[in-house]
Amino acid sequence: MQVTITVNGLPYTREVEPRLLLVHFLRDELNLTGTHWGCDTSNCGVCTVQLDGVPVKSCTVLAVMADGHEVTTVEGLERDGELDAVQKGFMECHGLQCGFCTPGMLLTARWLLDREPHPDEGTIREAISGQLCRCTGYENIVKSIQRAAEL
Amino acid sequence: MQVPAQFEYARAQSVSHALSLLDRYGPEARVVAGGHSLIPMMKLRLAQPEALIDINDLSELSRIEVEGGELVIGALVRHAELLASAPATGLFPIFQDAERVIADPIVRNRGTVGGSLCQGDPSEDLSAVFAALRATAIIEGGDGRRSVPIRDFHEGPYETAVQAGELLIELRVPATPGTGSAYVKVERRVGDWAVAAAGAVLSVAGGVIERAGIGLTAVGAEHFCAPEAEEYLTGREPGEEAFAEAGRIAAEHCSPQPDQRGPADYKRHLAAELTARALRTAMERI
Repeated sequence: MQVTITVNGLPYTREVEPRLLLVHFLRDELNLTGTHWGCDTSNCGVCTVQLDGVPVKSCTVLAVMADGHEVTTVEGLERDGELDAVQKGFMECHGLQCGFCTPGMLLTARWLLDREPHPDEGTIREAISGQLCRCTGYENIVKSIQRAAEL
Repeated sequence: MQVPAQFEYARAQSVSHALSLLDRYGPEARVVAGGHSLIPMMKLRLAQPEALIDINDLSELSRIEVEGGELVIGALVRHAELLASAPATGLFPIFQDAERVIADPIVRNRGTVGGSLCQGDPSEDLSAVFAALRATAIIEGGDGRRSVPIRDFHEGPYETAVQAGELLIELRVPATPGTGSAYVKVERRVGDWAVAAAGAVLSVAGGVIERAGIGLTAVGAEHFCAPEAEEYLTGREPGEEAFAEAGRIAAEHCSPQPDQRGPADYKRHLAAELTARALRTAMERI
């Protein structure tokens, strides 16, 4: 069936099978491979994207369910060549090692800071508790989000 | 890569449209909302519906309101919305206790109250919460709406009173003032299913317990409740002794199954201990 999904501000119309998952629509149809594909069971959170501004795990959303909706991926965080504050925070505080969890972490961090501009450490840890960092780099991820809040 | 089997997809525009779609696609169609139970099962081919009816656009099912002395929670309310709802958690802190430990914040953004109940997983938390609260489920089908007491809603693991062609509309909880409530869960790690959990709802009048509600998760309690323990508490003075005995009675009447989350005797121990703890906290909150 035909769907039109607005991704990072641009509408994309594609013919898809209803069983196509949003993560594969983004990666395989649109070539937006910044969204990673991990456990496939909505546990690890590397596939996290924003659907209508709210973080969701895109391995557990069908592309057809996003028809007519807006999706933001990590590729949509920068504005006019300028990195988002969360991206700068992760750069400055070494918030990534292998980078596999980073896109999802960035989108959740952006959402958190939009709702709560100066979260305490506990709030940050709670917000990212549905996402696994395989390098166990949580200390620096938390610091990166705290830094982003200052930027 | 986990890929569901093929199915047809239709998006409902209203409750009546959803019902007509369910009628058109027949008994092998399934309703999808958050999809966080159904889609993983479809990916594992444990579920192979012929059609999905998407109800995410039915905003009339997203309300949380106090109406005519009842708290009304729509089936499409997301876990995150219930957790953040001042009317719901103000009346019944049990919702906050339970929602904080259901999966993780990202899953809670998508998963729904109605979906959790309709999935009917024996380890699902809200089933015990609504059982403790003695909620009523409102179900709509071709013949109109009907009310089902939540303790008749779950007919067995993964089986509910919602029949083919019907849709769960909302949950209604009597908004009794002067009620204390709490939910306590033991899990192996953050966001996991419960090893065991217990919910309690208490009201006290004239120094004795007027009404007690006890919900149990993942311990094989029939209809997620503990009527024998509730009966024991009714008319008694609230206190440690009564709560411990209620826990003992609740544990005696459940039938936990050993699995990777623990042996049966451990789960039975938890049922007793967590029931007493939930009752204690509920009492403190009156």
